[in-house]
Amino acid sequence: MLGSIDLTPLVDWSRAQFALTAMYHWLFVPLTLGITWIIAMMETMYVKTGDPEWKKITKFWMKLFGINFAIGVATGIILEFEFGTNWSNYSWFVGDIFGAPLAIEGIMAFFLESTFIAIMFFGWNKVSRKFHLASSWLVAIGANLSALWILVANAWMQSPTGTAFNPETARNEMTSFWDVFLSPVAINKFLHTITSGMVLASIFIIGVSAWFILKKRETRMALRSITVAAVFGLLSSVLLALTGDGSAKQIAAVQPLKLAAMEGLYDGKTEAGLVAFGILNGQEKRESGKPFAVKLEMPKLLSWLAFGDPLHFVAGINDFTKGNAQQGILSIPEKIERGTIARETLTGYKNAKTAGNLAKADSLKAQFYDKAFLDRNFKYFGYGFSQDVNYYVPNVPLTFYSFHIMVILGFGFMLFFALFLFFSARGELPERKFWLILAPWVIPLAYIASEAGWIVAELGRQPWTVQDLLPTIAAVTKLDTGSIIVTFILFAVTFTVLAIAEVNIMVKAIKNGPKNEGGTK
Amino acid sequence: MAKNFKRLIIYKVWRFYIDGFKDISSWGRSVWIIILIKLFFLFVIVRLFFMPDVLKRDYKTDQQRSDHVLENLTKTKL
Repeated sequence: MLGSIDLTPLVDWSRAQFALTAMYHWLFVPLTLGITWIIAMMETMYVKTGDPEWKKITKFWMKLFGINFAIGVATGIILEFEFGTNWSNYSWFVGDIFGAPLAIEGIMAFFLESTFIAIMFFGWNKVSRKFHLASSWLVAIGANLSALWILVANAWMQSPTGTAFNPETARNEMTSFWDVFLSPVAINKFLHTITSGMVLASIFIIGVSAWFILKKRETRMALRSITVAAVFGLLSSVLLALTGDGSAKQIAAVQPLKLAAMEGLYDGKTEAGLVAFGILNGQEKRESGKPFAVKLEMPKLLSWLAFGDPLHFVAGINDFTKGNAQQGILSIPEKIERGTIARETLTGYKNAKTAGNLAKADSLKAQFYDKAFLDRNFKYFGYGFSQDVNYYVPNVPLTFYSFHIMVILGFGFMLFFALFLFFSARGELPERKFWLILAPWVIPLAYIASEAGWIVAELGRQPWTVQDLLPTIAAVTKLDTGSIIVTFILFAVTFTVLAIAEVNIMVKAIKNGPKNEGGTK
Repeated sequence: MAKNFKRLIIYKVWRFYIDGFKDISSWGRSVWIIILIKLFFLFVIVRLFFMPDVLKRDYKTDQQRSDHVLENLTKTKL
């Protein structure tokens, strides 16, 4: 039955559908993650000073947060549906590792966000100022903690740890919650993701406020908002760079092929430079030793950033495809061999069990708990699914360009915040027309950088759904490709309608300004 | 007395939400309409007609599901 399905279009459409829904979902999430902190800070200013202008400012941004939250809420549920429909083998294989964090996330999100968001919006003049303020802070904490659990699950897919595979159930079982929860990949991923939300929200506030200044409306509110967002954004962008550096170090350790793709590095070297800007050649030229048509490189920086040593060897794509004995890097063909043995052991176990040969089944099952077998073979289980070396190499141009777009924009945002803070401190903002006109256009750039980050994270690790263990061809449900195309179109239309609705309601709310928010009386 | 106190708390929470929804602004009404349409679309249309949990739908027991996934893990080849 399995042989009768052409897996390539099925996997491609299933991946396209997941990418579409994940990227649309991510349009709504980062603003929620970041703006809740800024709102809580603004409300703190109101409670501390008693100045009604701060209340007006808080309520205005709260309204925009409410629109974004309402339109974005539950868009992530489609991803969970897709796990069960399109990626059923994956869902079963990951077992409780994915289920537990998502269950905690669901309960936490429900109690923290639902309760305190209600107080945030309905509680003005009904609960005390301090209780309302506490609710606003709890919404920020709750929203970001919700993200934590999803990111812990994602980090496990990038670097599986704290689990053991049970051949009898074909599932991974958690052996250490703390290893899963506190994996360095998870910690870095969480911090990098939430700081990216903070940067995006700060840019959003500066962009919208700049528009108010240009229109000579609500100037006081806009100037105060810019000051708060510029300070918060600058600090967040520094943290974003630091956590990005931490993420790169983790990638170098657990997904070195992804790092090579991010840098377009084909032949590994010591004292590797970091490509600040580059244009890649076509595939043939890239593989024949000329990866770049043009590049601007900062010497030794990649070695230093990835390994803390400017002289360190950084492996290239060819070091993985062909192997590098000197550096102790196994070639993909060697991994294929080892993975094939792991699969054959699993097949032998299944056949022995089916045939009722329990002694043989038990002896083969025991191998899945033997450290030597786990380290030598099962670690490469996923490589047993295809003999094609190139199948295990991610799309280099997409990974490379996404990574560089993200980094270049990230540093640009730092400069953007510093400039706005400088102008704000000198009281020159209303005269800085060029920067005020530019600011709203930086908002889409923040979304592009944010999406590019996820493209690097997810596309850079292809073909894996679970690193080195489960490739997409084994994770996918064997469905009719036509039905996936139908749902792809359905979701594309739905999410586009939602995005248009969000932008329309948001623009209308911005144009209306804070006139109905009260607080100045 | 304790029972009355509990009732009072529940009543206050109930009133809090009811009053909140009654006083909702026009933008609030718009987003609530979007939320309700979206939830209906996701949980009724999408879940029921397009995105079933395949393993739950096609197999009755966990053992059958394990066997099916094991079959895929051992037979799938590109």
